[in-house]
Amino acid sequence: MSLASAQKKGFGAILWDYLTTVDHKKIGVMYIAAGAFFFILGGIESLVIRVQLMVPENDFVSAGLYNEMITMHGTTMIFFAAMPILLGFMNVAVPLQIGARDVAFPFLNALGFWLFLFGGILLNLSWIFGAPDAGWTAYPPLSTQSPGHGTDFYVMALQLSGAGTLMGGINFIVTIVTMRAPGMTYMRMPLFSWTTFVTSILILFAFPAFTVALFLLMFDRMFDSAFFDIALGGNAVIWQHLFWIFAHPEVYILILPAFGIFSEIFSVFSKKRLFGYTSMVFATFLIAFLGFMVWAHHMFTVGLGSVANAIFAVGTMAIAVPTGIKIFNWLATMWGGSIRISTAMLWALAFIPSFTIGGMTGVMLGAATADYQYHDTYFVVAHFHYVLVGGVVFGIMAGLHYWWPLMFRRVLNETLGKLAFWLFFIGFHLTFFIQHFLGLMGMPRRYWVFLEDQGLDLGNLVSTIGAFFMAAGAIVFVINIIYTAVKGEKAPQDPWNGRTLEWAVPSPTPFYNFKQLPLVRGLDPLWIEKMEGNGKLTAAEPLNDIHMPNGSIIPFVMTVGFFIASLGFIYQYEYPIAYLALYGGMAIGIGGMIVRSLKDDHGYYVRKEELEGEVE
Amino acid sequence: MKSRMGKVKLFLLFGITSLVLAACGKENLTSLDPKGYGAESSFNIMMLSLIIMIGVFLVVIVIYTLALIRFRQKKGQENYIPKQVEGNHKLEVLWTSIPILLVLILAIPTVISVFDLADETDASSSINIDVTGNQYWWNFDYTGEEIQTSQDLYIPVGEKVYLHVKSSDVVHSFWVPTISGKIDANPENTNTMYIEAYEEGVYWGKCAELCGPSHSLMDFKVIAVSPEKYEQWVADMQNADPEEVPAEAVAQEGKELFESKSCIACHAIGSSPNAVGPNLTNYANRTTVAGIKDVTKENLVEWLLDPESIKPGNLMTGNYPELTEDEANSIAEYLLQLDHSEVTPQSIGEW
Repeated sequence: MSLASAQKKGFGAILWDYLTTVDHKKIGVMYIAAGAFFFILGGIESLVIRVQLMVPENDFVSAGLYNEMITMHGTTMIFFAAMPILLGFMNVAVPLQIGARDVAFPFLNALGFWLFLFGGILLNLSWIFGAPDAGWTAYPPLSTQSPGHGTDFYVMALQLSGAGTLMGGINFIVTIVTMRAPGMTYMRMPLFSWTTFVTSILILFAFPAFTVALFLLMFDRMFDSAFFDIALGGNAVIWQHLFWIFAHPEVYILILPAFGIFSEIFSVFSKKRLFGYTSMVFATFLIAFLGFMVWAHHMFTVGLGSVANAIFAVGTMAIAVPTGIKIFNWLATMWGGSIRISTAMLWALAFIPSFTIGGMTGVMLGAATADYQYHDTYFVVAHFHYVLVGGVVFGIMAGLHYWWPLMFRRVLNETLGKLAFWLFFIGFHLTFFIQHFLGLMGMPRRYWVFLEDQGLDLGNLVSTIGAFFMAAGAIVFVINIIYTAVKGEKAPQDPWNGRTLEWAVPSPTPFYNFKQLPLVRGLDPLWIEKMEGNGKLTAAEPLNDIHMPNGSIIPFVMTVGFFIASLGFIYQYEYPIAYLALYGGMAIGIGGMIVRSLKDDHGYYVRKEELEGEVE
Repeated sequence: MKSRMGKVKLFLLFGITSLVLAACGKENLTSLDPKGYGAESSFNIMMLSLIIMIGVFLVVIVIYTLALIRFRQKKGQENYIPKQVEGNHKLEVLWTSIPILLVLILAIPTVISVFDLADETDASSSINIDVTGNQYWWNFDYTGEEIQTSQDLYIPVGEKVYLHVKSSDVVHSFWVPTISGKIDANPENTNTMYIEAYEEGVYWGKCAELCGPSHSLMDFKVIAVSPEKYEQWVADMQNADPEEVPAEAVAQEGKELFESKSCIACHAIGSSPNAVGPNLTNYANRTTVAGIKDVTKENLVEWLLDPESIKPGNLMTGNYPELTEDEANSIAEYLLQLDHSEVTPQSIGEW
């Protein structure tokens, strides 16, 4: 790797570069690209669901295929679309925001990405061999009894990508604890870095519960154990506990980074410091902490008893308080500011009312007695789409418009951006608002058909029409990406009048990020320099050799090994020949680990002399 | 942009609200017009939380709109630098403490009603029914009465009826929105819930936990009747004679086929505890065939010939010898004359 990376390279060289890269910026972009691909798959699945439910007793897809659609839609959107895109943003922005040259463990970072990607590929391979059909929640005994290998694919795919996510979480915790630039104290970190930090802690504590649950399910399905087999003394409800101990924090793993993105955007586009920064940080921690205390509100109807239901009801309602603090702080950030409505800001503005509705229905769901009616109906479907689309997807869209110049040195077209926004925004409310009422009118979720004459026809039709508006919005956004790539104007280094360090690095960002680590003098360091200095950051160190990690193909090879082994696990109980894949794959994977452990790789230095030659 | 956005939202809000007011859903299915104790308790908490939430939402929207109108960057303000406010202690305390208060207002009645709905002190002196969820039908076993029914659950109006709910296979959830909230049917334990209907009627019940391909076709009914009619129904059901030979020749043939084609191996008539398949006592007075179709001979014959086309993944398919159309016709004829009770759902209400 040399400094002259801007030189034209052949396709093979570029491919090799991406396969071996450990650069957080490239990994971030790969996360986002792969996440976007899975987002499209999940979107197509959702359209199939909505077409099936357009009219009563429709037979667009069969009952079995429908259950596969809902399972794959949920699993894909949560694990392979929303999470990787957010991890992508973390990769792209956090090291720059805290003034670091890379993440703490670049090798692990690459490994995490490849594990996620091959997990996603494995899951979607199941479309060829029979997809999982027990819902993304995979409650046993339905999931243990599910015929075919669909649920095996679900287990192995999530195990693979879950390991990757766990690595990402650990990596960001260490990065943020150890690699902040001089002067970047915790309470000077941008809010997106804060939410990344808290999210990583959530990942660290939540994912192991799911890993355990998946192992139990894997043993039950593949090795004849009986953890969930009631006839043999097992217990199926324990899966629901393990699943939700993970899956409730998972919601916060998704929404907290989105909160971080919105905090950056409200502040930048109101040209104002974030209102109540300290309470924002405090609220983030409180949400994360309470997020672990409320999992059983997904289980109010399981029959845990009134004491458990009462405690979890009150705990759930309590989350409204820190979330409310955040909403009011954002409003107060806008208040008295100078608000510019760019597309990024438009998505952020749309988030406030949409997410407020989602949050409120969340409190309503927390009231256990009322939840006996809401539970497992379209009311719940409406609620979590208001949170996950109105919160997370809006956050992703805002983040894409906001950081696009940082990632691709182009500003996304504003006209197309706003068109996409309006289509998607109107479509979103059309699709999901009515679903609250469908649920209350007696439509349970995961229904392949609804019967005639039950007063559900109109609502479902409206919802389906809305889904097509959303699809149109997504298509316009894709057109915008292509248009911007072909015709877009080159972005300046700091297109939005930014306040944080990622807008202080030259464009394109050098692979070492900062020639000299910056000296941070307070919250919003770039803004401080704009107001008090010459708009440039003071260096915190003399120009020196920069130590950088070497690229490596090992993460990719290891992942391919584990991927092959997963296929072996899936098929070994039916075809003994699959043991070949199992052992072979594990040999490759573990071999990679051994090579990595034994081979010393000290990285390399970018020489001071080379750096001096670089023009800013 | 802001006024346009406001208009769109207003339009959406009005459009959808009027749409909803026009129809709260089907009268005997919706949870928005409760006709039972559990549904009413849920509805009250729902309305309390909704009122609080709408209040909070309005406050947010007013501040939001004012901020957008007042502080939008105007032409010539490109270089204006607003005051960089760090925070405001008083405001932050205010918007922390008010939500805490609101949450308390909602939490107290919620906790009270959670305990109220789980109260089982009257169980021993009330009607107790064992409810079993199966792929994809419901079995109801009236404790101490020697009555088994499936799909149609008869209860007296104005009395607490205790349901002891479990599953024979995967997790299901018992839900009759107009009468009561839901309770899961787990394979490993029995959950108890009481229901009390205020008015006579035939109410739709739904399975609310994904249980396989025909999850959406696992409907059932709760038929709430006056206490006198309930007594009558109990007596009629207890007097049902499974050996009774039908008057008509076709139905007689149907009875023989019912036995020789091994239908009887899974389906009991009378109070036999055999519950492999739905109990067929009083079949002529069922509200539906297979939980979803109207009770007609054509539908029943169609079901007997090819249940898979009606309920994918059901456990009847392939577990009985193939039937000719004539044979199916005879069996249908036999089942549809099993009129064991004078209390018919038609006399109670529509569904």
